[in-house]
Amino acid sequence: MEGVTPAGLDRVGDIGAFPTDGSPPPEGGEVVASGSAGRLVLRAFLENRLAIVGLSLILFMLLFSFVGPLIYRTEQVFNDPGLANHAPSAAHLLGTNPVGYDVLGRLMLGGQTSLEIGLAAAFIAVTLGVIWGAAAGLAGGAVDAVMMRTVDALLAIPFLFLLIVLGAIFTTSILELIVVIGLVAWLVPARLVRGETLGLRVREYVQAVTVMGGGRRRILFRHIIPNSVGVIVVNATFQVADAILYVATLSYLGLGVPPPATNWGHQLSNGLSYIFDGYWWLIYPAGIAIVVTVVAFNFVGDALRDALEVRLQQR
Amino acid sequence: MTNCLLRRVLQSLVVVFGVTVITFTLLHLLPGNPVRAILGGKTTAQAVRQLTLEYGFNRPLPIQYFIWLGNPLHGNLGFSFKLNESVAALLIQRIPKTLFLTGSALTLAVVLAIPAGMWQALRRNKPDDYVGTGLIFIFYSMPTFWLGLLLIVVFSEGLSWFPFEAPQDQGGLFSQLNAMVLPIATLTLVTLALFTRFMRSAMREQRIQDYVRTARAKGVAKLSILLRHILRNALLPLITLVGLSIPGVLSGSLVTETVFNYPGMGLLFFQAAVSNDFPVLLGVTLIVALATVAGNLLADVMYAVVDPRIRYVS
Repeated sequence: MEGVTPAGLDRVGDIGAFPTDGSPPPEGGEVVASGSAGRLVLRAFLENRLAIVGLSLILFMLLFSFVGPLIYRTEQVFNDPGLANHAPSAAHLLGTNPVGYDVLGRLMLGGQTSLEIGLAAAFIAVTLGVIWGAAAGLAGGAVDAVMMRTVDALLAIPFLFLLIVLGAIFTTSILELIVVIGLVAWLVPARLVRGETLGLRVREYVQAVTVMGGGRRRILFRHIIPNSVGVIVVNATFQVADAILYVATLSYLGLGVPPPATNWGHQLSNGLSYIFDGYWWLIYPAGIAIVVTVVAFNFVGDALRDALEVRLQQR
Repeated sequence: MTNCLLRRVLQSLVVVFGVTVITFTLLHLLPGNPVRAILGGKTTAQAVRQLTLEYGFNRPLPIQYFIWLGNPLHGNLGFSFKLNESVAALLIQRIPKTLFLTGSALTLAVVLAIPAGMWQALRRNKPDDYVGTGLIFIFYSMPTFWLGLLLIVVFSEGLSWFPFEAPQDQGGLFSQLNAMVLPIATLTLVTLALFTRFMRSAMREQRIQDYVRTARAKGVAKLSILLRHILRNALLPLITLVGLSIPGVLSGSLVTETVFNYPGMGLLFFQAAVSNDFPVLLGVTLIVALATVAGNLLADVMYAVVDPRIRYVS
């Protein structure tokens, strides 16, 4: 049981109880980290090697997709059918696909779409979730009950099923896909933020705002949301990862982004039709790109959650 | 206890009501109008009028809702004009297959996750924790369809151990277990991460509790603390997580069924989406949502039964 912090503080279950002025008294020769709460989180985050790996991978993927095409120039508008399914060579580092596009260049283009959809959908989901959850938590009573039962009912329908129904109803463009994923994925952050709000709104400093005549909006934007930022950020990173996977799955099911737009999932599922032909360059680059990006976002989210727990538990 | 249970059941009923409202709304989100969606593009004005009257689409919306609600309550989930069979009959064929797939995968995932998560918690931030975490995350982050196809390439194309297709309709549920290995393995691997990560953090959380210190102080053996104190307490919330994981597992099952052409509810749903078979889409949505609500309720009740403290808390 080595390495377990002797519970120097008996109940550090809440963020506000953390002393920011200095270090709590070390016990039993234990060295307790000092500094602001934010810095503690950062330190715990950076200590986690998987987090560093994740951050670097995300950075790499962003550079690859958005800066890569400036360096590795390929023709991605007009295709040359004479070049179909060529194996990797000096001219085409990852070969060409069945219609003659350069696979590496295609991968960069697909990365742009995948990352854009992932980030934008996560942004919509988190924004909607935060507002809904905080409003429900603050309002309380019947309003809260109605708002949260709505979330419960929507959560009861598995995401993929809801996405497929919506995908079948709306003809998909990239923008519609972003909105549809965002509209399906906001439920979890809504629940999380409502939970945070319920804990925060009874705190003295929030009550003090009310006593001083501050309105609900002020409480919401100045106190509740900034104080739930940890939970929100952790959830947002997972949302990006999930959205990229949803897009891939929808592409496989034929409900993804219609051509000429492309994304990694689209490339992977197209490549999989050649799985028994030995055209590995049509499958593995796109598949690995998805896995690497999703893993990276999950590593970062997981490390952030660990780091926030560290702040809570002081170890 | 009974009071609390009753409230929980009532809450679930409210959620079920919400689900029906959402399904009804989806029905009305359909492009054009539902009659057109059912009959398709080529139809006669007479057929449209007849179906409009039959389904009551000319009535006010709230009344339509209650008419529509009456159908599932009488076991009538609609009629698939594409498959020429009632949705209820289709579901009766398909549900056992999906239950078999998801049930086996869920059980396997939990059974594997408990020792894996324990190991990782004990070796936190050591090289083998990193390797284990990395591997589990890779399975979690792989598109399910790709994982399934990779398993097919390795184990049925390469090694010829298992067939590449799941058992079809003929024969009983357990008639070709050999063909079920790959689908179950796929779904287990993508679900594994959820439970392993949870076990890892639950174990960590329990390790620093006061009762562990007390047990150590009175000289209980390390292994005994681990198995009889920490593990038992860390396992409790796993019940809730299993309940909460049902929608995710059903989503995974949809993709797995599509990859292995396993004629379960997921494949039915997917084919309905491709062919715009809206009665099937909505019928399956309703059933899947009800299963989720029931699963969550069951998990909560189980939790209260297993952990007597819950009764006093709520």
